[in-house]
Amino acid sequence: MMSYAIFLGCTIPARQPNYELSARKSLSKLGVKLVDIANMTCCCPPPVQSIDLKTSLAIASYNICLAEEANLDLLTLCSGCFESLAMANNMLKHDQKLKTKINKILAETGKEFHGTKEVKHFLQVLKDDIGLNQLEQNIVKPLTDLKIAPFYGCHALRPSELLQLDDPERPQILETLIKTLGGTSIEYQNKLKCCGGLLRGVSDDLALDLARDKLINVSNSGADCIATLCPFCFVALDIGQIQIRSKFQEIYDIPVLHYSELLALALGIAPEELAPRTHKIRIDKIINKIL
Amino acid sequence: MRAESFSETIRERLGGETITFCYQCGTCASSCPVAKRTTDFNPREIIKLCLLDEKDEILDGKSIWLCCSCYNCQERCPQKVEIADVIYAVRNIAIEKGKVPNIYFEFFNAISNDGRIVKVSQFAENKRPQLGLPPLQPTGVDALKKILSTTGFDKFHLKKEEPQ
Repeated sequence: MMSYAIFLGCTIPARQPNYELSARKSLSKLGVKLVDIANMTCCCPPPVQSIDLKTSLAIASYNICLAEEANLDLLTLCSGCFESLAMANNMLKHDQKLKTKINKILAETGKEFHGTKEVKHFLQVLKDDIGLNQLEQNIVKPLTDLKIAPFYGCHALRPSELLQLDDPERPQILETLIKTLGGTSIEYQNKLKCCGGLLRGVSDDLALDLARDKLINVSNSGADCIATLCPFCFVALDIGQIQIRSKFQEIYDIPVLHYSELLALALGIAPEELAPRTHKIRIDKIINKIL
Repeated sequence: MRAESFSETIRERLGGETITFCYQCGTCASSCPVAKRTTDFNPREIIKLCLLDEKDEILDGKSIWLCCSCYNCQERCPQKVEIADVIYAVRNIAIEKGKVPNIYFEFFNAISNDGRIVKVSQFAENKRPQLGLPPLQPTGVDALKKILSTTGFDKFHLKKEEPQ
Protein backbone atom coordinates (compact mmCIF):
# COMPACT_ATOMS: atom_id res chain seq x y z
CA MET A 1 0.00 0.00 0.00
CA MET A 2 1.27 3.49 -0.89
CA SER A 3 1.75 5.64 2.21
CA TYR A 4 2.50 9.32 2.64
CA ALA A 5 2.82 11.72 5.53
CA ILE A 6 0.09 14.29 4.93
CA PHE A 7 1.00 17.93 5.45
CA LEU A 8 -2.24 19.82 6.14
CA GLY A 9 -0.91 23.33 6.70
CA CYS A 10 -3.15 26.00 8.20
CA THR A 11 -5.90 27.19 5.87
CA ILE A 12 -7.26 23.75 5.07
CA PRO A 13 -7.88 22.64 8.70
CA ALA A 14 -8.96 26.18 9.62
CA ARG A 15 -11.47 26.81 6.84
CA GLN A 16 -11.67 24.23 4.07
CA PRO A 17 -12.94 20.85 5.26
CA ASN A 18 -14.20 20.41 1.68
CA TYR A 19 -10.59 20.10 0.49
CA GLU A 20 -9.43 17.79 3.25
CA LEU A 21 -12.48 15.50 3.14
CA SER A 22 -12.47 15.09 -0.63
CA ALA A 23 -8.73 14.45 -0.75
CA ARG A 24 -8.69 11.97 2.14
CA LYS A 25 -11.72 10.05 0.90
CA SER A 26 -10.51 9.93 -2.69
CA LEU A 27 -7.04 8.77 -1.76
CA SER A 28 -8.43 6.14 0.57
CA LYS A 29 -10.63 4.83 -2.27
CA LEU A 30 -7.58 4.72 -4.52
CA GLY A 31 -5.65 2.62 -2.01
CA VAL A 32 -3.42 5.32 -0.55
CA LYS A 33 -2.74 5.52 3.17
CA LEU A 34 -2.20 8.95 4.74
CA VAL A 35 -0.28 9.19 7.99
CA ASP A 36 -0.89 12.17 10.27
CA ILE A 37 2.44 12.95 11.91
CA ALA A 38 2.62 14.86 15.20
CA ASN A 39 4.57 18.09 15.67
CA MET A 40 4.39 19.48 12.14
CA THR A 41 4.41 23.29 12.10
CA CYS A 42 3.93 26.12 9.63
CA CYS A 43 5.38 25.51 6.15
CA CYS A 44 6.60 29.12 6.14
CA PRO A 45 4.99 30.53 2.97
CA PRO A 46 5.77 33.94 1.41
CA PRO A 47 4.41 36.04 4.31
CA VAL A 48 6.92 34.36 6.65
CA GLN A 49 9.67 34.32 4.04
CA SER A 50 9.13 38.07 3.84
CA ILE A 51 10.00 38.36 7.53
CA ASP A 52 13.08 36.14 7.39
CA LEU A 53 14.16 33.72 4.67
CA LYS A 54 16.66 31.80 6.78
CA THR A 55 14.18 31.12 9.58
CA SER A 56 11.59 30.08 7.01
CA LEU A 57 13.96 27.59 5.40
CA ALA A 58 14.86 26.15 8.79
CA ILE A 59 11.22 25.65 9.80
CA ALA A 60 10.28 24.16 6.42
CA SER A 61 13.25 21.78 6.73
CA TYR A 62 12.23 20.85 10.26
CA ASN A 63 8.91 19.56 8.86
CA ILE A 64 10.77 17.55 6.24
CA CYS A 65 12.94 16.04 8.99
CA LEU A 66 9.78 14.68 10.63
CA ALA A 67 8.83 12.94 7.37
CA GLU A 68 12.37 11.58 7.04
CA GLU A 69 12.15 10.13 10.55
CA ALA A 70 8.85 8.47 9.65
CA ASN A 71 10.47 7.22 6.42
CA LEU A 72 7.64 8.68 4.33
CA ASP A 73 7.38 11.13 1.44
CA LEU A 74 5.37 14.25 2.27
CA LEU A 75 2.09 14.84 0.46
CA THR A 76 0.75 18.39 0.37
CA LEU A 77 -2.70 19.57 -0.67
CA CYS A 78 -2.08 23.32 -0.45
CA SER A 79 0.12 24.71 -3.22
CA GLY A 80 1.59 27.20 -0.75
CA CYS A 81 2.80 24.37 1.48
CA PHE A 82 4.03 22.52 -1.59
CA GLU A 83 6.09 25.47 -2.73
CA SER A 84 7.66 26.24 0.67
CA LEU A 85 8.49 22.62 1.45
CA ALA A 86 9.57 21.45 -2.02
CA MET A 87 11.72 24.55 -2.41
CA ALA A 88 13.43 23.98 0.94
CA ASN A 89 13.88 20.28 0.18
CA ASN A 90 15.48 20.87 -3.22
CA MET A 91 17.56 23.85 -2.14
CA LEU A 92 19.10 21.90 0.72
CA LYS A 93 19.57 18.76 -1.35
CA HIS A 94 21.59 20.70 -3.93
CA ASP A 95 23.49 23.17 -1.76
CA GLN A 96 25.79 21.56 0.78
CA LYS A 97 26.78 24.89 2.33
CA LEU A 98 23.17 25.91 2.88
CA LYS A 99 22.37 22.48 4.26
CA THR A 100 25.17 22.79 6.82
CA LYS A 101 23.95 26.25 7.81
CA ILE A 102 20.35 25.09 8.27
CA ASN A 103 21.39 21.91 10.08
CA LYS A 104 23.21 24.06 12.62
CA ILE A 105 19.90 25.74 13.42
CA LEU A 106 18.00 22.44 13.40
CA ALA A 107 20.49 20.93 15.85
CA GLU A 108 18.79 23.06 18.54
CA THR A 109 15.66 20.97 17.98
CA GLY A 110 17.55 17.67 17.85
CA LYS A 111 16.87 17.26 14.11
CA GLU A 112 19.10 16.88 11.09
CA PHE A 113 18.06 17.28 7.45
CA HIS A 114 19.34 14.40 5.32
CA GLY A 115 17.57 14.92 2.01
CA THR A 116 16.23 11.40 1.70
CA LYS A 117 12.54 12.14 1.02
CA GLU A 118 10.39 13.85 -1.59
CA VAL A 119 7.76 16.54 -1.17
CA LYS A 120 4.87 15.79 -3.51
CA HIS A 121 1.86 17.77 -4.56
CA PHE A 122 -1.46 15.90 -4.48
CA LEU A 123 -1.60 16.11 -8.30
CA GLN A 124 1.78 14.39 -8.67
CA VAL A 125 0.66 11.55 -6.44
CA LEU A 126 -2.45 11.11 -8.57
CA LYS A 127 -0.72 11.23 -11.93
CA ASP A 128 2.70 9.72 -11.26
CA ASP A 129 2.27 7.39 -8.29
CA ILE A 130 -1.31 6.14 -8.58
CA GLY A 131 -1.38 6.58 -12.34
CA LEU A 132 -4.02 7.64 -14.83
CA ASN A 133 -5.12 4.06 -15.64
CA GLN A 134 -5.77 3.21 -12.04
CA LEU A 135 -7.63 6.48 -11.66
CA GLU A 136 -9.75 5.89 -14.74
CA GLN A 137 -10.70 2.40 -13.64
CA ASN A 138 -12.18 3.73 -10.40
CA ILE A 139 -14.44 6.33 -11.95
CA VAL A 140 -18.12 5.62 -11.53
CA LYS A 141 -19.59 9.05 -12.30
CA PRO A 142 -17.65 10.47 -15.25
CA LEU A 143 -17.85 14.26 -15.56
CA THR A 144 -19.15 13.89 -19.12
CA ASP A 145 -21.10 17.09 -19.53
CA LEU A 146 -18.88 19.31 -17.48
CA LYS A 147 -16.74 22.13 -18.89
CA ILE A 148 -14.01 22.83 -16.38
CA ALA A 149 -11.57 25.75 -16.27
CA PRO A 150 -8.24 24.49 -14.88
CA PHE A 151 -6.84 26.97 -12.36
CA TYR A 152 -3.19 26.36 -11.57
CA GLY A 153 -2.43 29.37 -9.41
CA CYS A 154 1.24 30.13 -8.93
CA HIS A 155 2.88 27.95 -6.34
CA ALA A 156 2.27 24.54 -7.80
CA LEU A 157 4.31 25.56 -10.85
CA ARG A 158 6.74 28.34 -10.00
CA PRO A 159 9.66 28.59 -9.41
CA SER A 160 9.77 25.60 -11.75
CA GLU A 161 13.48 24.92 -11.39
CA LEU A 162 12.94 23.97 -7.75
CA LEU A 163 9.41 22.59 -7.92
CA GLN A 164 9.62 20.45 -11.08
CA LEU A 165 5.89 19.82 -11.21
CA ASP A 166 5.30 20.70 -14.85
CA ASP A 167 6.27 23.11 -17.63
CA PRO A 168 5.68 26.56 -16.08
CA GLU A 169 4.45 28.12 -19.34
CA ARG A 170 2.55 25.18 -20.85
CA PRO A 171 1.55 22.86 -18.03
CA GLN A 172 -0.69 19.89 -18.82
CA ILE A 173 -1.04 17.94 -15.56
CA LEU A 174 -4.33 19.49 -14.44
CA GLU A 175 -5.89 19.35 -17.92
CA THR A 176 -4.86 15.69 -18.15
CA LEU A 177 -6.35 14.90 -14.75
CA ILE A 178 -9.61 16.69 -15.66
CA LYS A 179 -9.87 14.67 -18.89
CA THR A 180 -9.18 11.46 -16.96
CA LEU A 181 -12.33 12.15 -14.94
CA GLY A 182 -14.26 12.40 -18.22
CA GLY A 183 -14.54 16.20 -18.03
CA THR A 184 -13.76 18.77 -20.69
CA SER A 185 -10.89 21.11 -19.92
CA ILE A 186 -11.61 24.64 -21.14
CA GLU A 187 -8.97 27.12 -22.27
CA TYR A 188 -9.26 30.74 -21.15
CA GLN A 189 -7.23 33.91 -21.44
CA ASN A 190 -4.32 34.43 -19.03
CA LYS A 191 -4.89 30.99 -17.54
CA LEU A 192 -1.59 31.00 -15.65
CA LYS A 193 -1.84 34.45 -14.07
CA CYS A 194 -2.04 34.97 -10.30
CA CYS A 195 -5.35 35.05 -8.36
CA GLY A 196 -4.06 37.89 -6.17
CA GLY A 197 -4.57 35.80 -3.04
CA LEU A 198 -1.37 36.83 -1.29
CA LEU A 199 -2.23 40.52 -1.61
CA ARG A 200 -5.35 40.06 0.53
CA GLY A 201 -4.71 41.96 3.76
CA VAL A 202 -1.87 43.91 2.14
CA SER A 203 -3.89 45.65 -0.56
CA ASP A 204 -7.43 44.30 -0.72
CA ASP A 205 -8.31 46.46 -3.72
CA LEU A 206 -5.43 45.12 -5.80
CA ALA A 207 -6.13 41.56 -4.69
CA LEU A 208 -9.74 41.85 -5.79
CA ASP A 209 -8.72 43.42 -9.13
CA LEU A 210 -6.54 40.41 -9.88
CA ALA A 211 -9.24 37.94 -8.88
CA ARG A 212 -11.79 39.83 -10.96
CA ASP A 213 -9.57 39.59 -14.06
CA LYS A 214 -9.47 35.85 -13.62
CA LEU A 215 -13.23 35.57 -13.18
CA ILE A 216 -13.92 37.72 -16.26
CA ASN A 217 -11.69 35.48 -18.38
CA VAL A 218 -13.17 32.24 -17.04
CA SER A 219 -16.67 33.63 -17.49
CA ASN A 220 -15.94 34.48 -21.15
CA SER A 221 -14.75 30.93 -21.77
CA GLY A 222 -18.16 29.41 -21.04
CA ALA A 223 -16.82 27.05 -18.36
CA ASP A 224 -19.32 25.55 -15.89
CA CYS A 225 -16.90 25.70 -13.00
CA ILE A 226 -13.31 26.32 -11.95
CA ALA A 227 -10.99 23.58 -10.66
CA THR A 228 -8.48 24.88 -8.10
CA LEU A 229 -5.50 23.32 -6.34
CA CYS A 230 -4.75 25.89 -3.71
CA PRO A 231 -6.83 27.07 -0.72
CA PHE A 232 -5.77 30.69 -1.34
CA CYS A 233 -6.95 30.62 -4.96
CA PHE A 234 -10.17 29.06 -3.68
CA VAL A 235 -10.77 31.94 -1.26
CA ALA A 236 -9.80 34.57 -3.83
CA LEU A 237 -12.30 33.19 -6.36
CA ASP A 238 -15.12 31.89 -4.15
CA ILE A 239 -15.39 34.53 -1.41
CA GLY A 240 -13.94 36.93 -4.00
CA GLN A 241 -17.14 36.64 -6.05
CA ILE A 242 -19.20 37.79 -3.05
CA GLN A 243 -16.87 40.76 -2.56
CA ILE A 244 -16.93 41.60 -6.27
CA ARG A 245 -20.70 41.49 -6.19
CA SER A 246 -20.82 44.21 -3.53
CA LYS A 247 -17.93 46.31 -4.85
CA PHE A 248 -18.55 46.18 -8.60
CA GLN A 249 -22.19 45.03 -8.73
CA GLU A 250 -21.12 42.16 -10.96
CA ILE A 251 -22.48 38.64 -10.62
CA TYR A 252 -20.44 35.76 -12.06
CA ASP A 253 -21.97 32.85 -10.17
CA ILE A 254 -19.17 30.46 -11.19
CA PRO A 255 -18.79 27.54 -8.78
CA VAL A 256 -15.23 27.00 -7.61
CA LEU A 257 -14.29 23.42 -6.72
CA HIS A 258 -10.98 21.99 -5.70
CA TYR A 259 -9.84 19.34 -8.15
CA SER A 260 -10.07 16.89 -5.25
CA GLU A 261 -13.81 17.56 -4.96
CA LEU A 262 -14.39 16.83 -8.63
CA LEU A 263 -12.33 13.68 -8.21
CA ALA A 264 -14.31 12.56 -5.14
CA LEU A 265 -17.61 13.08 -6.94
CA ALA A 266 -16.35 11.16 -9.99
CA LEU A 267 -15.27 8.33 -7.68
CA GLY A 268 -18.86 8.09 -6.48
CA ILE A 269 -18.42 9.62 -3.03
CA ALA A 270 -21.69 11.15 -1.82
CA PRO A 271 -21.67 14.97 -1.99
CA GLU A 272 -23.10 15.32 1.52
CA GLU A 273 -19.94 13.65 2.85
CA LEU A 274 -17.81 16.43 1.37
CA ALA A 275 -18.91 19.49 3.36
CA PRO A 276 -20.40 21.17 0.26
CA ARG A 277 -21.65 24.12 2.33
CA THR A 278 -18.06 25.33 2.66
CA HIS A 279 -18.62 26.99 -0.71
CA LYS A 280 -19.96 30.54 -0.76
CA ILE A 281 -20.93 30.09 -4.42
CA ARG A 282 -23.28 27.11 -4.34
CA ILE A 283 -22.12 24.03 -6.20
CA ASP A 284 -25.52 22.31 -6.46
CA LYS A 285 -25.76 22.73 -10.22
CA ILE A 286 -22.39 21.02 -10.66
CA ILE A 287 -23.37 18.17 -8.33
CA ASN A 288 -26.66 17.73 -10.19
CA LYS A 289 -24.84 17.52 -13.50
CA ILE A 290 -22.53 14.82 -12.20
CA LEU A 291 -25.09 12.64 -10.36
CA MET B 1 37.28 51.09 4.09
CA ARG B 2 34.59 51.88 1.55
CA ALA B 3 31.04 51.62 2.87
CA GLU B 4 29.10 48.69 1.48
CA SER B 5 26.53 49.68 -1.16
CA PHE B 6 22.89 48.70 -0.79
CA SER B 7 23.09 46.23 -3.68
CA GLU B 8 26.11 44.59 -2.04
CA THR B 9 24.18 44.27 1.21
CA ILE B 10 21.35 42.61 -0.71
CA ARG B 11 23.70 40.36 -2.69
CA GLU B 12 25.21 38.96 0.48
CA ARG B 13 21.86 37.89 1.87
CA LEU B 14 19.95 34.69 1.31
CA GLY B 15 17.69 35.31 -1.70
CA GLY B 16 19.53 38.43 -2.85
CA GLU B 17 22.53 36.74 -4.51
CA THR B 18 21.51 37.36 -8.14
CA ILE B 19 20.51 41.05 -8.03
CA THR B 20 23.56 42.37 -9.89
CA PHE B 21 22.90 40.20 -12.97
CA CYS B 22 20.04 42.53 -13.94
CA TYR B 23 20.48 44.45 -17.21
CA GLN B 24 17.10 46.20 -17.00
CA CYS B 25 15.41 44.56 -19.99
CA GLY B 26 11.95 44.81 -18.40
CA THR B 27 10.82 41.22 -19.03
CA CYS B 28 9.86 41.11 -15.34
CA ALA B 29 7.66 44.19 -15.52
CA SER B 30 5.87 42.98 -18.63
CA SER B 31 5.20 39.59 -16.98
CA CYS B 32 3.92 41.09 -13.73
CA PRO B 33 0.17 40.94 -13.04
CA VAL B 34 0.43 43.61 -10.34
CA ALA B 35 2.35 46.07 -12.54
CA LYS B 36 -0.48 45.70 -15.06
CA ARG B 37 -2.96 47.02 -12.49
CA THR B 38 -1.00 49.72 -10.67
CA THR B 39 1.96 52.04 -11.18
CA ASP B 40 2.80 51.60 -7.47
CA PHE B 41 4.63 48.38 -8.24
CA ASN B 42 7.20 47.58 -10.90
CA PRO B 43 9.81 44.86 -10.31
CA ARG B 44 12.27 46.36 -12.81
CA GLU B 45 12.06 49.71 -11.02
CA ILE B 46 12.65 48.08 -7.62
CA ILE B 47 15.78 46.32 -8.87
CA LYS B 48 16.99 49.53 -10.53
CA LEU B 49 16.57 51.62 -7.38
CA CYS B 50 18.40 48.96 -5.34
CA LEU B 51 21.27 48.93 -7.83
CA LEU B 52 21.40 52.73 -7.72
CA ASP B 53 21.67 52.65 -3.93
CA GLU B 54 18.32 54.40 -3.40
CA LYS B 55 17.99 52.62 -0.10
CA ASP B 56 15.59 55.02 1.64
CA GLU B 57 13.21 55.21 -1.27
CA ILE B 58 13.02 51.41 -1.33
CA LEU B 59 12.83 50.74 2.41
CA ASP B 60 10.46 53.60 3.26
CA GLY B 61 8.16 53.07 0.29
CA LYS B 62 5.26 50.66 0.06
CA SER B 63 6.29 49.22 -3.29
CA ILE B 64 8.24 46.16 -2.07
CA TRP B 65 5.17 44.96 -0.15
CA LEU B 66 2.98 44.80 -3.26
CA CYS B 67 4.71 41.84 -4.91
CA CYS B 68 2.13 39.03 -5.12
CA SER B 69 4.87 36.33 -5.11
CA CYS B 70 3.64 34.75 -8.35
CA TYR B 71 7.20 34.17 -9.63
CA ASN B 72 6.30 34.99 -13.24
CA CYS B 73 9.17 37.48 -13.39
CA GLN B 74 11.68 35.07 -11.91
CA GLU B 75 10.58 32.31 -14.25
CA ARG B 76 11.15 34.47 -17.32
CA CYS B 77 14.20 36.54 -16.42
CA PRO B 78 16.82 36.01 -19.17
CA GLN B 79 19.58 36.86 -16.70
CA LYS B 80 18.31 34.43 -14.07
CA VAL B 81 17.80 37.17 -11.52
CA GLU B 82 15.72 35.55 -8.77
CA ILE B 83 13.50 38.59 -8.58
CA ALA B 84 10.86 37.35 -6.14
CA ASP B 85 13.62 36.10 -3.83
CA VAL B 86 15.47 39.42 -4.13
CA ILE B 87 12.26 41.15 -3.03
CA TYR B 88 12.05 38.81 -0.01
CA ALA B 89 15.66 39.69 0.84
CA VAL B 90 14.82 43.41 0.65
CA ARG B 91 11.71 42.87 2.79
CA ASN B 92 13.89 41.03 5.33
CA ILE B 93 16.19 44.07 5.48
CA ALA B 94 13.22 46.44 5.87
CA ILE B 95 11.83 44.34 8.72
CA GLU B 96 15.20 44.26 10.50
CA LYS B 97 15.11 48.04 10.38
CA GLY B 98 11.65 48.09 11.94
CA LYS B 99 9.78 49.07 8.78
CA VAL B 100 6.96 46.59 9.13
CA PRO B 101 3.51 46.73 7.53
CA ASN B 102 0.90 46.03 10.18
CA ILE B 103 -0.32 42.72 8.82
CA TYR B 104 3.13 41.20 9.39
CA PHE B 105 2.69 41.60 13.13
CA GLU B 106 -0.33 39.33 12.80
CA PHE B 107 1.66 36.73 10.86
CA PHE B 108 4.46 36.97 13.38
CA ASN B 109 2.19 36.53 16.40
CA ALA B 110 0.27 33.68 14.83
CA ILE B 111 3.34 31.68 13.93
CA SER B 112 5.04 32.34 17.27
CA ASN B 113 2.00 31.38 19.35
CA ASP B 114 0.18 28.71 17.34
CA GLY B 115 2.80 27.37 14.93
CA ARG B 116 0.49 28.29 12.05
CA ILE B 117 -0.09 31.59 10.28
CA VAL B 118 -3.83 30.97 10.13
CA LYS B 119 -5.26 29.90 13.47
CA VAL B 120 -7.41 26.78 13.61
CA SER B 121 -10.30 27.68 15.90
CA GLN B 122 -11.52 25.42 18.66
CA PHE B 123 -14.83 25.33 16.78
CA ALA B 124 -13.17 23.94 13.64
CA GLU B 125 -11.25 21.43 15.72
CA ASN B 126 -14.35 20.24 17.57
CA LYS B 127 -16.23 19.81 14.33
CA ARG B 128 -13.73 17.40 12.81
CA PRO B 129 -15.09 14.09 14.18
CA GLN B 130 -18.59 15.11 13.14
CA LEU B 131 -17.34 15.69 9.59
CA GLY B 132 -15.47 12.41 9.55
CA LEU B 133 -11.99 13.90 9.84
CA PRO B 134 -9.28 12.51 12.15
CA PRO B 135 -8.26 14.66 15.12
CA LEU B 136 -5.56 17.25 14.42
CA GLN B 137 -2.13 16.30 15.60
CA PRO B 138 -0.41 18.78 17.96
CA THR B 139 1.83 21.35 16.25
CA GLY B 140 5.52 21.43 17.07
CA VAL B 141 5.41 24.84 18.71
CA ASP B 142 8.26 24.02 21.10
CA ALA B 143 10.68 23.09 18.32
CA LEU B 144 9.52 26.10 16.35
CA LYS B 145 10.26 28.43 19.27
CA LYS B 146 13.76 27.00 19.53
CA ILE B 147 14.32 27.75 15.84
CA LEU B 148 12.93 31.28 16.23
CA SER B 149 15.24 32.03 19.12
CA THR B 150 18.28 30.53 17.35
CA THR B 151 17.82 32.73 14.28
CA GLY B 152 16.81 35.82 16.29
CA PHE B 153 13.37 35.89 14.67
CA ASP B 154 11.75 36.04 18.10
CA LYS B 155 13.32 39.45 18.73
CA PHE B 156 11.41 40.82 15.76
CA HIS B 157 8.48 42.12 17.81
CA LEU B 158 10.86 44.27 19.83
CA LYS B 159 11.43 46.35 16.76
CA LYS B 160 7.86 47.45 16.40
CA GLU B 161 7.66 51.17 15.73
CA GLU B 162 4.69 53.15 16.99
CA PRO B 163 1.91 52.74 14.42
CA GLN B 164 1.65 55.83 12.25
